[in-house]
Amino acid sequence: MGDNLSAVTTVFTEFYYWVTVVIMFLIHVGFCMYEVGASRRRNHLHTLMKNTMAIPLVTVTFFFFGWYIYFAFPNGPGFTGGLTAAPQAVPWSPLMGTHLSGPTPDGGIDAATAALWHRLNGVFWAAFLLFSITTASIVSGSIIERVRSGAFWIIAVLVGSVLWIIDAAWGWHFGGWMVKLLGYHDAYASGVVHAIAGGAALATLIVLGPRIGKFRADGTARDIPPHNPWLVTIGLFLIYTGFWGFYAACNIPVISPAAIAGQITGETWTATNIYLAPTTLSAITFNFLMSLSGGLMAGYIISKGNAFWTYSCGLCGVIGASAGNDLYHPIQAMLIGAIVPVICYKLHYWVENRFKVDDAVGAVAVHGYGGFLGVVVAGFMLWGQPSSPYEGYAAITPWGNFIGAVIMFALGFIPIYIVAKILNGMNLLRVPAKVELEGLDFSNNQAYEAAIREVAAAERAMVK
Amino acid sequence: MSTNGMTSWAVDLKDVGAIYPFQGSEVLLVILGLAFWIGWHILQMRNEAAEISSELNSDPRGEDTKKAIDRY
Repeated sequence: MGDNLSAVTTVFTEFYYWVTVVIMFLIHVGFCMYEVGASRRRNHLHTLMKNTMAIPLVTVTFFFFGWYIYFAFPNGPGFTGGLTAAPQAVPWSPLMGTHLSGPTPDGGIDAATAALWHRLNGVFWAAFLLFSITTASIVSGSIIERVRSGAFWIIAVLVGSVLWIIDAAWGWHFGGWMVKLLGYHDAYASGVVHAIAGGAALATLIVLGPRIGKFRADGTARDIPPHNPWLVTIGLFLIYTGFWGFYAACNIPVISPAAIAGQITGETWTATNIYLAPTTLSAITFNFLMSLSGGLMAGYIISKGNAFWTYSCGLCGVIGASAGNDLYHPIQAMLIGAIVPVICYKLHYWVENRFKVDDAVGAVAVHGYGGFLGVVVAGFMLWGQPSSPYEGYAAITPWGNFIGAVIMFALGFIPIYIVAKILNGMNLLRVPAKVELEGLDFSNNQAYEAAIREVAAAERAMVK
Repeated sequence: MSTNGMTSWAVDLKDVGAIYPFQGSEVLLVILGLAFWIGWHILQMRNEAAEISSELNSDPRGEDTKKAIDRY
């Protein structure tokens, strides 16, 4: 750190991202509550552990290779160049541990790289990791009550530490080829987190099939109510709360035009989005709340006051506006946040009845369709605006964002469809029907009841 | 053409004001926003009236109502 101002800026930025990580952890508390609430009593433990263990599995794999992928892959498969050097992100890098900024020539770390990353690497890695775990968790809820945990954890690692971070390198990086060539704009991850996760969830659901009893003999769908609707809704509330951290973590909190080193002139420091284009924390605060409110209001009406769908539509409203929430007017965010969830709600039931897809928590609709539409809408709303502060990048366009949205959804759908087919072919994807009917916690619950009976009997025998 | 008038970030930020799309349409946006809000109340009232009407016509013998009271 060269001077006191840059030292304070670095330490502030380090602390800023650390706070976002703590807040984002609430997303996973929410996911766990939500999934357990949505599952039936005989599947609680399995559902909880399925989601919980995605956290460490994505964490360690994101350390080993996810973080490297983000920095190495922005050029895409040969579109704008080859792999990019990322000495700070390989798992054996000295900067992947405690480091005080001196150059380490043996580790390929020069003074500039060390100065930039020595305090930011861990918190920046963690912020991206929380996005990764979120992406994996989105898939988790849709496939509850019949998927084998081992299969889900393989899918979670692929989605969380490989696929989403490839699309982030392509379309959520200041040098990503999709930004350069397509003008792709997706500031708060409608596509790069939500659409890809929705695509992966849909692919898994198609191969996995519906829960036993979901469809009647005539093909119409039965409702399988959550065992605890209150836990579901509080879980969704916690996911919103975690989204405050998610949004803040998508920004660079403060940076000078000289540090951006793009076309911006003058001396005015600014917050930026992930593309290093200016925005403000105030703008995204306006837009987060207005799009959430639009989604909640529209969801309440369209679902006739159904708590699960009202909360889900609130989340979908945020996701639908997220691609452009760095730049929208708050009322635009509210209206987009109201319209997108209505379409997604209708699509959920149309797909369920037409294709017999049993998405237990509506994740494909809320995240997949919502994220896809959010990216498409941003292409129209921000048409012609610069996608980047750097010269030579394509402007934002409807066709650039539409192609980008298709890439995001397909990057989740196609690889996971293939992997799910392989797992299914090996009988590793779904539990046997007997186990599904008994409940995935059957043996555990039997042991629990036996333990209660035994200890109660022992205690009763001691009563004089 | 650009929906916020900017086609490049080759600017000094101290000279830049609002950057949201379709500047100049703020009054229209407020009118649309107010219409959405008032429309929401109208639709909600209609839905609620239909729900109450449905509940008034259900359980004429009161048996399920007694069970609901017992369930607290």
